[in-house]
Amino acid sequence: MSSASNSATTAAGGKTADKVFKGVAYACGILILVTLAAVALFLLFRAWPLIGGDQAQNVAAIESFTGNKAHNFWQFVGPLMFGTVLVAASALIVSFFISVGIALFISHYAPKRLATALSYVIDLLAAIPSVIYGLWGGIVLVPAVYPFWNWVATYFGWIPIFAGPAANPPRTVATVALVLAVMILPIITSLSRDIFLQTPRLQEEAALALGATRWEMIKLAVLPFGRSGMVSASMLGLGRALGETMAVLMILSPGLTYSAHLLQASKNQTIAANIASQYPEANALGVSILIGTGLVLFLITFLVNFIARKIVEKASV
Amino acid sequence: MSTVEQSPMDKAPVIDFDKFKPSRSHTAARKRKDFAMGLLIGLAFIVALIPLISLLWTTISNGMKRLNLNFLSYNMSGVIGGKPTPSGGYGGILHAIIGTLEITLGAMVISVPIGLMCAVYLVEYSNRSGLAKSVSLLVDVMSGIPSIVAGLFAFSMFTIIAGPGTINGFEGSVALSLLMIPTVVKSSEEMLKVVPNDLREASYALGVTKQRTITKIVLRTALPGIVSGVILAIARVIGETAPLLMTAGYIATTNMNLFSGQMTTLPVYAYQQYSTLSVTCPASAGPSCVTSIPMERAWAAALMLILIVLLLNLIGRIVAKVFAVKTER
Repeated sequence: MSSASNSATTAAGGKTADKVFKGVAYACGILILVTLAAVALFLLFRAWPLIGGDQAQNVAAIESFTGNKAHNFWQFVGPLMFGTVLVAASALIVSFFISVGIALFISHYAPKRLATALSYVIDLLAAIPSVIYGLWGGIVLVPAVYPFWNWVATYFGWIPIFAGPAANPPRTVATVALVLAVMILPIITSLSRDIFLQTPRLQEEAALALGATRWEMIKLAVLPFGRSGMVSASMLGLGRALGETMAVLMILSPGLTYSAHLLQASKNQTIAANIASQYPEANALGVSILIGTGLVLFLITFLVNFIARKIVEKASV
Repeated sequence: MSTVEQSPMDKAPVIDFDKFKPSRSHTAARKRKDFAMGLLIGLAFIVALIPLISLLWTTISNGMKRLNLNFLSYNMSGVIGGKPTPSGGYGGILHAIIGTLEITLGAMVISVPIGLMCAVYLVEYSNRSGLAKSVSLLVDVMSGIPSIVAGLFAFSMFTIIAGPGTINGFEGSVALSLLMIPTVVKSSEEMLKVVPNDLREASYALGVTKQRTITKIVLRTALPGIVSGVILAIARVIGETAPLLMTAGYIATTNMNLFSGQMTTLPVYAYQQYSTLSVTCPASAGPSCVTSIPMERAWAAALMLILIVLLLNLIGRIVAKVFAVKTER
């Protein structure tokens, strides 16, 4: 507005606009809190028949879900929780050392030009949709990895978790863990790399000046500095692995036991994959039960992510 | 300093420094360890490259077989078993591409304003208050919500509000926006933070209101970064499968209406074709009937999806790089 006579009205209008804008900004901030609460509440509401409904019907529905193996909700969700944690934890163990290695490679070994290119390559892994990981895992990796698992079962079968015989085709926890490890690798790598790059330059140079080799410098200066960052990065990776659906659904042969035999098929199932596979055929009560398991998954991942972020917050202050 | 005074060094005990000299074998062992760890760290990188290359290679080589113009311009109606359709193809993904675009657009329309305003709140209005801290912590936590839980949330919300059994594209948009909002908030927040404070203060000094300063100065300066963040967020949610499986459904025909009826998306299409595995061909069908056609369609859809995602990523990065705000650092 250029004319002078208008200036008074625009100033007043500006004030109202100011207030409205501020209100909208606050509302959007608060909306985040409301949304998270709504997620929990809506899930609880839909899962309510499980708690407040006719228990005899619930038992019947759960028995039909599991082929008469589980008789109440906790017997049903227990093995699923165990399977979820088992799959995610083994993926994390595979992924952790490789990710930290790559992060160190990018931050302390590779020349600068190469390092940016390598970061892009790792980001590429994060960009690929999970359904494509599932396709690749189910069609390419499953037949290709069998000889390896067979070898592991033959020579390391005395370790309980590797007890043979290795399933063929290996639609097992071990194979799923490999695929999930690739999927969570970019998260852990990029977060640890960021932390490693923040290591005080003076500490690194002091270590080198005292005659430390490059690895000793990393061990003395970089790793202690990045410890909390590495922990929170791996917890975020764990959170992602806990909730992953498609790759598990398309590779794992499901089962409902508390077995930790990674190389045997039809032993475990995760909560997320169970929801996706049972959902299309479930009736109203069945959907309630599945949403109940979804609520459990939500709480687990919420907790894991919350702790991870708290660690980051503490480390960054 | 007088020359009579004794140097303090004379009292010091004589140290046989040779005792501390590293032995040749010790130095060699340290060098060996250094070399071995360097090798392991380099190896870790190569190990990570194997799945990436294998995945891209199999998707491209298997997907090229069926990804042609016919595949892109027909939907799955009238496709029977492994027999070719009258158009000469074996069905296509036109309906899935339309569904994916509409649902993602819906998610974008919901999450960009909310995410952007939330970022504005966090950077411009919060003054590091307790509320702001919990909002920013919960945004982080929200980015870790499993996609299937987002799907369940949208599903329960729509069954409660719109009645049981509601399945439409918009429900999918709601589920995706739950996954998209935290990404948009995080990237916009970063971008708003790098806008130099001088600009804001110059604007306030001229008597401009806060709202105008934010919309005309701060957001305009940060625009390229925000756009690139939004594009990367889209690239992240466009490949989501699990939430759409239960909210948007799966049909064979093209559905243009986002607000009613089931809608197929590319990832769900790829998954459905993968679970079909193969079709049977009657003996009379002849050589034009292909039993493995669902798997070939799944790979072609996967290739299309990867192309879209990589293109979006590329555009996002180029936007971020070319139009980046020049900050004094």
